[in-house]
Amino acid sequence: MARHKISVTVNGAVREAEVESRLLLVHLLREVFRMTGTHVGCDTSHCGACTVILDGEPVKSCTLLAVQADGCKITTVEGLEQGGKLHPVQEGFTEKHGLQCGFCTPGMMLSSVALLERNKNPSEQQIREAIAGNLCRCTGYVNIIKAVQYAAEKMR
Amino acid sequence: MATPKTDARISGMGHSMKRKEDPRFIRGQGRYVDDITLPGMLYMDIVRSPYAHAKIKKINTEAALKIPGVLAVIDGPTLEKYKLHWMPTISSDTQMVLPIDEVMYQAQEVCAVIATERYIAADGADAVEVEYEPLPPMMDPFKSMAKGAPVLRKDKKDQKDNIAFHWEAGDRADTDKALKAAEVVVTENVYLPRIHVASMETCGCVADFDAAQGKLTVYMTTQAPHAIRTVFALVAGHVGLSEERIRIISPDIGGGFGGKVPVYPGYVIAVAASVVIGKPVKWIEDRMENLQADSFARDYHMKVELGAKKDGTMTALRIKTVADHGYSNASANPSKYPAGLFSICTGSYDLKHAFCEVDAVYTHKPPGGVAYRCSFRVTEAVHAVERITDALAQKLNMDPAELRMKNFIRPEQFPYKSVLGWEYDSGNYAPALKKAMDLIGYDALRKEQAEKRKKGELMGIGISSFTEIVGAGPSRDFDILGIKMFDSAEIRVHPTGKAIARFGTKSQGQGHETTYAQIVAEELGIPASDIQVEEGDTDTAPYGLGTYASRSTPTSGAAAALAARKIRDKAKQIAAHLLECSAADLDWVPGKFFIKGVPQKSKTIQECAFAAYTNHPQGMEAGLEATHYYDPPNLTFPFGSYICVVDIDPGTGVVKVRRFVAVDDCGNIINPMIVDGQIHGGLNQGLAPALYEEISYDDEGNITGGSFIDYLVPTSLESPNWETDKTITPSPHHPLGAKGVGESATVGAPPAIANAVVDALRHLGVTHIDIPITPEKVWRVLKGKGAAA
Repeated sequence: MARHKISVTVNGAVREAEVESRLLLVHLLREVFRMTGTHVGCDTSHCGACTVILDGEPVKSCTLLAVQADGCKITTVEGLEQGGKLHPVQEGFTEKHGLQCGFCTPGMMLSSVALLERNKNPSEQQIREAIAGNLCRCTGYVNIIKAVQYAAEKMR
Repeated sequence: MATPKTDARISGMGHSMKRKEDPRFIRGQGRYVDDITLPGMLYMDIVRSPYAHAKIKKINTEAALKIPGVLAVIDGPTLEKYKLHWMPTISSDTQMVLPIDEVMYQAQEVCAVIATERYIAADGADAVEVEYEPLPPMMDPFKSMAKGAPVLRKDKKDQKDNIAFHWEAGDRADTDKALKAAEVVVTENVYLPRIHVASMETCGCVADFDAAQGKLTVYMTTQAPHAIRTVFALVAGHVGLSEERIRIISPDIGGGFGGKVPVYPGYVIAVAASVVIGKPVKWIEDRMENLQADSFARDYHMKVELGAKKDGTMTALRIKTVADHGYSNASANPSKYPAGLFSICTGSYDLKHAFCEVDAVYTHKPPGGVAYRCSFRVTEAVHAVERITDALAQKLNMDPAELRMKNFIRPEQFPYKSVLGWEYDSGNYAPALKKAMDLIGYDALRKEQAEKRKKGELMGIGISSFTEIVGAGPSRDFDILGIKMFDSAEIRVHPTGKAIARFGTKSQGQGHETTYAQIVAEELGIPASDIQVEEGDTDTAPYGLGTYASRSTPTSGAAAALAARKIRDKAKQIAAHLLECSAADLDWVPGKFFIKGVPQKSKTIQECAFAAYTNHPQGMEAGLEATHYYDPPNLTFPFGSYICVVDIDPGTGVVKVRRFVAVDDCGNIINPMIVDGQIHGGLNQGLAPALYEEISYDDEGNITGGSFIDYLVPTSLESPNWETDKTITPSPHHPLGAKGVGESATVGAPPAIANAVVDALRHLGVTHIDIPITPEKVWRVLKGKGAAA
């Protein structure tokens, strides 16, 4: 199988790799770069556990090939904390008990971050719509919504 | 226990302490099984059967083995050489690890490919050619149990039919008589569909056999690591894997809900591959494998009959159940209770006559059924009794709340001995229902409903006043494969006054690292932030049966309190030594002993800990640690009342949950924030089967609902804004007065939703709809009644 040299910027650092055409972006992150905060929860791009932010947009990294991300800027959960300071969304999730098993949490937080970057003051319904592509089996979503509202307030 | 005994610095019971596990999870630093990479690690992928029933004529591995990087293909005959092709289930049935010549359900493991990389293993699995001769599958449990049906389990010598077991509780003749004498009898056939836990993390393991030491380490998604170690030793002891050579490590788990209790064939194959090849082998299911082949839950066909007087006094309950267990009884039930704790089916009501029976049947479906976020078939029991209670209210034209109030077990009757043999530890049902009614504005909603009905609008109000039975369990009655269902805690206080506590349970998101630390903090006054909690490593933690059936707080939580009390007793002797007084002269406030009446003469628990290693009394053992194996005297019986309001679109049949109020009572609360979170999540997992989720099969045995495309886990858009509140009725026998809570909402929510939908359609003569109540089902009912818009 053909191999391709790609270069991506992950959480601000330029990373290079030589990958097979078929390598999924999520496996580039998890297995080539060994950044295991991005999770795999399904095979059909329904669960959103693999959500990362790619050039400003939340995407499901199990549904993109690594080669499609060539030249792109990616933010993963590992990039949310800056200079030892938690992102307000991370803070919100722990303050409002927005996580239990933690498996959906990275993807859920990145969808929330992407929402707050385009909408500083989302309504409850807008939050529900923004995270509708991220399944959580533990929380019933109530506290996740409170976590995003907490972060929105902090960021205003 | 309204006011915490400790301050926020100590954060004992009653504090909504922020979770100690969160910092790693919010940074993406959780360590789940697929995050583990070992040097030289190989990958395994599984070839699965497309047929529900077929002969395997040939497995051709030639093309697979030609792929560079594919090292081996393991099939049934390979395992047969080591007598590892069969394994016991937790319910003492048997199940194939890999088949020799016949597959018994769609997606059954046929063989496994071992390769150097994940993608190459998948290529190898694609390249294996299996020749099948399809055979007719038995998909209907009623046909399977009929006389003359072909016997499915030909491997079991004494099996002459397809009955896995028959179980019953109560007095059949007495109940028959009482039902005959009843002034009113209501009957409904209630089906609880086959569903799946669908934890966000699938199952998997990394099996690592160290040939030099002869030791096997398995990193594994398991809720019960110690029990699994024993099972592995029982299955593989004959090939040298005796129990001291096995270490199970359960890392962070991305949700369990009962689905990570069983041993799946994939684990065993990965272990065999690692032992044979001598390298670590990783196996991670994909979502379709997870939904299609792992143990299912529910699949109970219940005929429910309730007798009553005309004034609404319930007199007799009879439930006859056919349970579809698939190809093998792979339930995770206690040995004496093959149908779990189904006999809690008299629920919150003072019934004098009851009988229930379960016929468990084999079919060509995947084996099960696990207790999905439910203490062993309690969801089934609660659905039956709460649905039939509403049917009785409907028949008598009584308000369902009033009917419940009339029949509740009264507070003065506790401890209450139920007619089916349980001793309910404590309960106070009417205030919980009253509180829920007040919160939701019950009377106003009934008025609104009457007005809407005049306008042809469909709105329903549903109640569920459930009683749970959790925390298995007392060793006189409860064991799994002979191992008694106690659980354990071991606490070591270090010289500097910090501590480590280890447990036989295993959190999968419940927050044990926080709540167990709070229990120790409550008892010892050491700040919860200074107490490290560890679970899941069988080499270090004390033995225990694991986390499921809402048993962690009732068993290990109690063990933590009692181990801490042993430590406090010893610390008191040390304090007396340091203060040069008698221990009898000392009083305790959280964190400190002081001489009675002289509070300034005191020693902190930290000072006592330091002295335990530096200046302990002569004749006393040094150190400050204790272990406790807690054997509960009884189960705990949490309860609650839920009220749901639904609106139904008569054009599409779509049910919208407008409001849902949950009033729960789980006794004394360790961490209110975490309890609320447990209720929220449980409610969502009650909503899911009530309206969306089902795994069913066509006549050929093809699964529907085998991926997230059609297995509809609720998203944030379908999930309502859950409203929660509580009453507190402590358990009289638990050392902390606590009860289990993790499963109450999963158990209590489905009948509240189903009752609300039926209530919305009651005026049309509808008395029952099976869950999941899909738009299609509702639309068909409306169409049949000429009421579709």
